[in-house]
Amino acid sequence: MSVDTATVAKIASLARIKVSEQEIAAMVPELNGILAWVEQLGEVDVTGIEPMTAVIPNKQRLRDDVVNADPLTGGGIRDAVLANAPAPEHGFFGVPKVIE
Amino acid sequence: MTQLTDLGVAAIRDGIATGDFTATEIAAAFNAAVEQAQPALNAFIVTTPEKALEAAAKVDADRAAGKALGKMAGVPIGMKDLFATSGVQTTAASKILEGFTPPYESTVSQKLWDAGAGMLGKLNLDQFAMGSSNETSAFGNVVSPWRRPDDTAPLAPGGSSGGSSAAVAARIAPAATGTDTGGSIRQPAAFTGISGIKPTYGRCSRWGVVAFASSLDQAGPMARDVRDCAIMLEAMAGFDPKDSTSLNLPVPAWEAGLSADLRGKKVGIPREYRMDGMDADVVRVWEEGVAWLKDAGAEIVDISLPHTKYALPTYYIIAPAEASSNLARYDGVRYGLRDLPDGAGLQDMYAATRAAGFGAEVKRRILIGTYVLSAGFYDAYYTQAQKVRTLISHDFRNAFGEVDVILAPTTPTAAFALGENSDDPLAMYLNDVFSVPASLAGLPAMSVPAGLDRNGLPLGLQLIGKAFDEQGVLNAALAIENRAGFAARPAKWW
Repeated sequence: MSVDTATVAKIASLARIKVSEQEIAAMVPELNGILAWVEQLGEVDVTGIEPMTAVIPNKQRLRDDVVNADPLTGGGIRDAVLANAPAPEHGFFGVPKVIE
Repeated sequence: MTQLTDLGVAAIRDGIATGDFTATEIAAAFNAAVEQAQPALNAFIVTTPEKALEAAAKVDADRAAGKALGKMAGVPIGMKDLFATSGVQTTAASKILEGFTPPYESTVSQKLWDAGAGMLGKLNLDQFAMGSSNETSAFGNVVSPWRRPDDTAPLAPGGSSGGSSAAVAARIAPAATGTDTGGSIRQPAAFTGISGIKPTYGRCSRWGVVAFASSLDQAGPMARDVRDCAIMLEAMAGFDPKDSTSLNLPVPAWEAGLSADLRGKKVGIPREYRMDGMDADVVRVWEEGVAWLKDAGAEIVDISLPHTKYALPTYYIIAPAEASSNLARYDGVRYGLRDLPDGAGLQDMYAATRAAGFGAEVKRRILIGTYVLSAGFYDAYYTQAQKVRTLISHDFRNAFGEVDVILAPTTPTAAFALGENSDDPLAMYLNDVFSVPASLAGLPAMSVPAGLDRNGLPLGLQLIGKAFDEQGVLNAALAIENRAGFAARPAKWW
């Protein structure tokens, strides 16, 4: 499988990265080179093989059902959460108008 | 008298404990070395001399008060700028995070500070740890302290932990943190003649480490020798409830367990790692490594890891796929850069912000990842890669039924010059051909300096161990270190 300019434009849009026509033109051969190379995986017989989901077997844990058990990841720290926001407004994250 | 900056982790820790020098003297010496080298090497994105001195003063006060000192007491280290550090800018070497000042500390860095280490600064790296030469950083290339003879061409320090490797090799830091997704600790360690270990996946918490590919990312130490790596890994590792993949296991006493006596151990030599047209010096050093391990008492066993050739293409599907998902968080809303063109809506703001903030290699990987995860292609690429990953893991499982540790080269060549591979992404990716398989299988793996190539540049040997058997890896590495007698260091030109 190989990609053309329309496909690269679509992927870039899905990935929310603005790209110019020149950038797309440069990316098409690069991405095709990489994709052609990874396609060698198609020759591996994977009959009956499960896709890997956990590299080291591990049990998923639940944390204790306690409010603010860990103050770092708990609530009540609005100002710290907003401290790095590029455009905080009135204690919220500011964004351009979404609804007309 | 030896310069203080020639000392490694163990020597600093022990010298402070016995009173040969103070932690403050050590911190001041390394701060001065960092300041002097920074314009030439660009190993740091920000330096924090005051943090190093502050930690040192506390260690000196604790010692004077007769308090017990930590495992890393008085050791000033470099912190890869992928670890969130409270109150100190954390960028992952990307413009999209420039100015981001975390209000929290990563678990690994906090453990190091708790063990008495101090911070010299935040080390440069490939942007979002994507690269093998440190040339994708938005904050400029790191220049290796090594040079070819009679040639001032700047060489790559390896990547992605290139600031870490350059700083340790140049003796401007006794040790540094690294992270390894496909070889980012081992390859730069090999390029600069230092040691570095990636532990078993889950040993070191990923909490507060900027995510690249979460099923592969693992932190580890980079230092001058095997003992120093063992000490620092003990301080970094341990269960963390804040990381869902953290291993709930006690941290072994790796330093106390060091032994270069390999009698009764079996070392596997994977035949698939011997590739056509392989660099003659790499082959020579690998053969010397075999002889050294034999001399240490190990039995050498020829083994097969049949899916080795598929590891790199598997990695270049899985890592970009995970990266495209992880990096979706950089949207110009909650932190970091925002690019809001006149009259732009929310979607345009996302796209403009990400276009302005991400470097070319990061965009390339996000696009590859988005493509292989997109409807219609998911099974052909991503599911197939995850199945091949299972087979690669099975290869190792079978091999470890027979042997205790595997010996291989770390990299296919010694360090290359900056710019030499940067036009061809595939040529750059091939740097990780020997390091990626252990990453895909989550196994502990270490690079230890073993010799020099024809240009006088360092070459590393790689030890790969069973899951949870960092001790076996460290011990085999120690047996090599003892016999290689690697004493080469870069001549100071900066």
